[in-house]
Amino acid sequence: MSWAFLRDLLSGVNKYSTGIGRIWVAVVFIFRLLVYVAAAENIWKYEHDEFECNIKQPGCENVCFDHFFPVSHVRLWALQLILVSTPSLLVVFHVAYRENREKRHSQTLYKSPGEIDGGLLCTYLISLVLKTGFEIVFLILFYKLYNGFKIPHLVKCDVRPCPNTVDCYISKPTEKMIFLYFLVATSCLCIVLNLSELSYLLCKYSVKCYLKRYTKEHR
Amino acid sequence: MDWGSLHTILGGVNKHSTSIGKIWLTVLFIFRIMILVVAAERVWGDEQDDFVCNTLQPGCKNVCYDHFFPISHIRLWALQLIFVSTPALLVAMHVAYRRHEKKRQFRKGDKKCEYKDIEEIRSQRFRIEGSLWWTYTSSIFFRLIFEAVFMYAFYFMYDGFRMPRLMKCNAWPCPNTVDCFVSRPTEKTVFTIFMIAVSSICILLNVAELCYLLTKFFLRRSKKAGNAKHHPNHENKEETKQNEMNELISDSCQNTVIGFTS
Repeated sequence: MSWAFLRDLLSGVNKYSTGIGRIWVAVVFIFRLLVYVAAAENIWKYEHDEFECNIKQPGCENVCFDHFFPVSHVRLWALQLILVSTPSLLVVFHVAYRENREKRHSQTLYKSPGEIDGGLLCTYLISLVLKTGFEIVFLILFYKLYNGFKIPHLVKCDVRPCPNTVDCYISKPTEKMIFLYFLVATSCLCIVLNLSELSYLLCKYSVKCYLKRYTKEHR
Repeated sequence: MDWGSLHTILGGVNKHSTSIGKIWLTVLFIFRIMILVVAAERVWGDEQDDFVCNTLQPGCKNVCYDHFFPISHIRLWALQLIFVSTPALLVAMHVAYRRHEKKRQFRKGDKKCEYKDIEEIRSQRFRIEGSLWWTYTSSIFFRLIFEAVFMYAFYFMYDGFRMPRLMKCNAWPCPNTVDCFVSRPTEKTVFTIFMIAVSSICILLNVAELCYLLTKFFLRRSKKAGNAKHHPNHENKEETKQNEMNELISDSCQNTVIGFTS
């Protein structure tokens, strides 16, 4: 079980997406998943070992590290990637349900099970709203947990059993900050893509509805 | 999810590239990505553990390491490779869009349909002309820009391409100017120079491909202008033949579609 599972999942979703949806999948694959696996994981790999406090008191380093990093950046990043990719499953399930229904009744009930209309449109819109919601929630979480998107060189810690206020040094703070900004930028890009896809679908289908009603009235 | 997936994604683009583009893709995968994964990552693997400063002051090593290596070579190369590979996706998307349009035309039973079945559309290789030419040329242009930007960033951040053995650091909390020693400096210099050399080769290949495409474009234009000059009102003999063939194909296509739907 690894990221390859998520990759296969998203490839399946690609079939039933709009053009903007496909761009979103490409951005998630290449600029988020690949960057995470190829670069970010290695930067944070030894973060605890390399976290150093100016004290010999046993336990002080552990306690200070836990105080300043309740959940590591990389874990939050991984959770964000998983939660943001999962709403697309709703669409896959709905299409599978449609195909199943057609099989059970042995007749063509839909123009095409993968075509985004009717109930599938609602599911698709809900998945877009959920995706955007998760992105925003995680960005706010990052901001609140770490007081902004900066990573300081030095943090001052006075949690027991540290005997007084102790200087603790974080490893590779600049590199971590660069990748954190990269994460925020790609999240914002994905939010923009989701919102444009939402507005595109809403416009397209309201125009379609309006034209249908207009032609009906004229007849 | 790893570099292999990128290979799968970009492999599809290979079919619609020029010969120089295919060479570029091979150089990218063998001399850059493979070297990065198989060799360079091992060389830089222990970079902070084996970065040693001549002081016992806690925190001095961390701060000095961060000061001299704001972003590791390995990560910078990984980002460079990702950014340089991405413009090829524009071409992949354009080809996918064209295929989608042709499939729609085929399903509607359009008279312009030139294909016998959907499999032929799927496996067809599109020529680089028209709007696809513009997409392809822009993708090469972006590739060049990304390569140049990353090479400059490298040069600017590390004051050249050499990895020194010793660095003198006096960032706080180091008590005074302290000697810090980098691990495996010669090996790192060798790999840095190798990666820079291969980047330069890729830049040359991209420039050559750009020139080739521009030359082809201007030659085609001058040919068209020449044809229009000599035969302004009559169709070419070849064009007439082609038109007859197209009509025959569209008639048989129509019959195939009718047979298909019934």
